[in-house]
Amino acid sequence: MSDPLTISEQALIDARGVVVAYGGQRSAFGRAKPEKRVLHGVDVVIGRGQTVGIVGESGSGKTTLGRALLGLVPVADGSIRFDRHEIVGLKEDALRPLRKRMQMIFQDPMSSLNPRHDIRHILIAPLLLHGLARDRREAEVQVRAVLDRVGLPASALERYPHELSGGQRQRVGIARAVVLAPDFVLADEIVSGLDVSTQAQVLQLLGELKRDMNLSMAFISHDLSVVRAVCDRVYVLSGGRVVEQGACEQVFASPHHDYTKVLIDAIPLPVIDPQWLGRGQRST
Amino acid sequence: MTAPLLSISHLNAVTGRNGETPILRDVSLDIAAGEVHGLVGESGAGKSTIAKAILGILPRGIRIASGSIALEGVDLLTLDASSRRKLLGATVSLIPQDPLTALNPGRRIEAQLTDGLRLWRGLSAADARLRALQLLDEVQMAEPERVMKAFPHELSGGMRQRVLIAAAFALEPKLVIADEPTTALDVTVQKQILRLIRAMQERHGTGVVFVTHDLGVVAQICDRATLLYMGKTMEQGRVKDLLDAPRHPYTRALMDACPRYDQPGRGLAPVPETVFADCRAEIAAFDRERAGHV
Amino acid sequence: MADSATIIATTGAPSRGRRRLQALARQPKVVWGGGFILFLVVVALAAPLIAPHDPLAQDLMSGTLPPLGFADYDPGFLLGTDDLGRDVLSRLIYGTRIALTVAFVAATLAALVGTLLGLLAGYFRGVTDTVVSRLIEIWMAFPPVLLSILVVAIMGSGVTSVIAAIAIIDWTRFARVVRAETMAQAQGDYVTAARTLGFGRWTILFREILPNVAPVLLALITLEMGIAVIVEAILSFVGLSVSSDTPTWGGMIAQGRQIIYQAWWVFAAPLAALFATVLAFNQLGDGLRRALDPVMQR
Repeated sequence: MSDPLTISEQALIDARGVVVAYGGQRSAFGRAKPEKRVLHGVDVVIGRGQTVGIVGESGSGKTTLGRALLGLVPVADGSIRFDRHEIVGLKEDALRPLRKRMQMIFQDPMSSLNPRHDIRHILIAPLLLHGLARDRREAEVQVRAVLDRVGLPASALERYPHELSGGQRQRVGIARAVVLAPDFVLADEIVSGLDVSTQAQVLQLLGELKRDMNLSMAFISHDLSVVRAVCDRVYVLSGGRVVEQGACEQVFASPHHDYTKVLIDAIPLPVIDPQWLGRGQRST
Repeated sequence: MTAPLLSISHLNAVTGRNGETPILRDVSLDIAAGEVHGLVGESGAGKSTIAKAILGILPRGIRIASGSIALEGVDLLTLDASSRRKLLGATVSLIPQDPLTALNPGRRIEAQLTDGLRLWRGLSAADARLRALQLLDEVQMAEPERVMKAFPHELSGGMRQRVLIAAAFALEPKLVIADEPTTALDVTVQKQILRLIRAMQERHGTGVVFVTHDLGVVAQICDRATLLYMGKTMEQGRVKDLLDAPRHPYTRALMDACPRYDQPGRGLAPVPETVFADCRAEIAAFDRERAGHV
Repeated sequence: MADSATIIATTGAPSRGRRRLQALARQPKVVWGGGFILFLVVVALAAPLIAPHDPLAQDLMSGTLPPLGFADYDPGFLLGTDDLGRDVLSRLIYGTRIALTVAFVAATLAALVGTLLGLLAGYFRGVTDTVVSRLIEIWMAFPPVLLSILVVAIMGSGVTSVIAAIAIIDWTRFARVVRAETMAQAQGDYVTAARTLGFGRWTILFREILPNVAPVLLALITLEMGIAVIVEAILSFVGLSVSSDTPTWGGMIAQGRQIIYQAWWVFAAPLAALFATVLAFNQLGDGLRRALDPVMQR
C-alpha cells in the first residue's frame, strides 16, 4: 500500500486535524455546558475505490469520526475535503449536492428504516428528491433493479421494515445507500447484529457492489477479523485519537502500538489456544 | 463413570396455539462437574431456550412437550414449582446477557449481592457483607468497598458483568448458566470476562452451560459443545473434534463463514444454500418420523 | 406471480389504507369506543328528529316525574322530567350537541397548537426548545380551572369561550408529549439516514418524524376529547358555559344537584351520559394507539 500523503492527491476524502466536541456553546439563558472533546485532531485519507477500516472500542470516537466524514456532526476544528470540496462549516443546503455522493449503511437496520414507510417509499423518495428519476414510474424501474442487485424479491417493495428478517432489512439498508449511485459509503458496524452466515452473505454482497460501482468505503467495526477480510487500510482509534494506521497486511502482521496488539489479541479465533485464557492454571 | 451433573435427554419444546411448532427437537446433552459445555447456534437455533428450560423460566407460549432435565439425578420437570425453586436456587445460577438490565437500577450493589446470601445461606447482614466483599475481590474488582456503595449506572459494562459473575458464584452453585454473557461488551473486556469465568469455574469445579453464537469463544472457553440448528442438534462432542474434524456439513460451513484475521484468505464464505437445504430436509425428516410415532 | 405491470399499478396507498382499516376493526376497544362516539354523533345531528319533546318546554303540572320502572312513571317521559317538567331524555339528547362540539373542536385546536410547538421544540432544540419549554412551565403553574374562568370572564360566556379556554389551557399536554416523543424519534437512525439522503429539515420533521409521533398524538387527542367533555360540564356546572336555556350535561347536573332528594334522575342521567362518553373516548384512544402502531400490530 502506498503512503497516505501520496494517496491524498487522488484521495476522495481527505480529513485533517478533525476535532469534534459536544457542549460548550452557550444556551439561550447563558448557561455554558462544559465542552467534551470526542475527537482530538484526527487525520483520515480515503483513496478512490479504497475500503478503509476504522476500528476501536466503545468510546474511541469511531462512530463520531464516521459521522463527521459525512458532515452529520458539527466539526469544531480541522478540515474535511470530499473530492476537493471543503465540507466543514457548510450549511445543510450547501451540502445537499454532495449528499447523494456520500451515503451510509447503519448498524441497526430496524431503527434506520422508518417503520411508517414501506420499502418502496424508502427507496423511491431519495431518487425523486435528487432528480435521478423523472417520475415515480422511472424511479420504480431503478428501485427494482437495485432490489434485485441486493438479492431481494420485488415483493419486498410492498413490505414494511418490521415484516422483514434482520438480514433482509440490512439488504434494504444497503439498497438505500447505493440507489443514488454514490462515490462513498460509510458502513457503521453493519454486521455486528447479524449471524455469522448472514454476515458472510452481507459482506460478500458489499464486496461485489464495491467492485461493480467502484465505491470508496469507510468500514467502522470493532471486529478486527472482519476488517482484515474486507479492508485495504485500517485506522485504529483510541480515546479520540488515531493510535495506528496503515495497510491491513502491515498493521496485522506487525502492529506497532500496544493498543493495536491488545485489540488484535483480544479476538477469539476458532482454534483452541489454552494460553489465550490461561486455562488450567489455577491461580489461587 | 459417575452420574453427570446435568443430564438433558430427548428434550422437546413446542410453541404455537396447539403446540404445533417445535422449538427444540430431541435435544440430549450431559454436563459433568467442572466442565464447560457450549450451546452454539445462530439466532433461532434454540440455544437460549435450553438455558431457560433448565432454569424453568421459559417465556409464555413455549412449553416442554417431552423429555427430562435431570440435575444430579433429579428430574426438574417432575418437581412442583416450590421444590424446584429450592433446588435451583441453591445449585444453579445465571450470568445474564445484558449486565445493565440484570441489575436493579435503584438498589446499591451491596444490597443486590447480599440478597441471595441472606436468603439461601441464612447469613446475617454483617456476614453477608463480608462474603460479598470477598466475592468482589475474587472477581478482581478494584476498590470493592466503593463498588459495594455504588449504583449500577455508576459502573462500567465490564464492572457490572464482574458484579454479576460474583453474584452467580456467591452461593457456590454446582452449575452456572452463562447466557451470551459477553455480547454486549468490547472485545478487550470480553477477553477479561471470559478469562474470569473460566478461572472461577476451574477454581470452584463448577459446571457451566455457555450459550454463544461465536465459534471463537467456544474454542477458547468450552470443553464440549452442542451445535444447534432450528432446535435440533447438528453436532455434539469435544470442541477439539468439532473444530479440527467437523463431521456435519453445517459445522464446516459455519467455520468457513467465520472471518479470521490470521488467515485473511479464508473465512467469510457464505453458507451454501444447499447446506441449509440439507439441514432443513434433515429436520423435516425428523418431524415426519416423529409425527408417525404419535 | 411477479407480473411487474400489476405490481407497478398497485401503488402503496390503497393497500396500506385497507390494512390500517383491518387493523382498526380487529381492536375491540376501537369498535366499541368508536361505535359509541359514532352513535353520539348521530344523536347530536338528529336531535330534533329523535327527541320526544321540546327540551325547553316546561310543564309544571308534570314536574319531577320518575323514569321508567318507578311508581308514577309516565310513558311519555322515558327518563322522567325535572322540577320544571322538562323531559330529561330530550335535554340529554340536545346536550350531546354542545358536548361533542366542544370535544372535537377544542381537542383539535389544542392538538394543533401543542403539536406544532412540541415538534419544533423537540426537533430544533436550542433556543426554540428553551422558549417553548419555559412557556409550558409557566403555563402549567396556572391553576387550570381559574385560568379557564378568567378566559370566559374576558371573552364572555358561550361555546366559543369554552372551546378557547380548553385549547388555551390544554395545548401544553400535547406540547410536552410531542416534544419528548420527537426528541426520542430524532435520535433514531432513520432520521440520520434521511439527512444523509439529503432531505431538508421540514421534510424530515413532517414526513419522517410526524408519522411516528402520530399514534401517541391520536391517542392523546381522543383522551383530550374526553377531558374537554368534562371541562365543559364543569364550566356549565359553575354557570360559565352557554346560557342556561341551551341544554347541556353540565347544566343539567348543576340543576339536578339542587333537587337531588326530590328527583335524583335529573342528576344521574347526565352524569351517566358524561361517564359513558368519556369512557368511550378513552377506550377509543387506547385502541387507536394499539391498532396504528406498526410494530404492535403483530
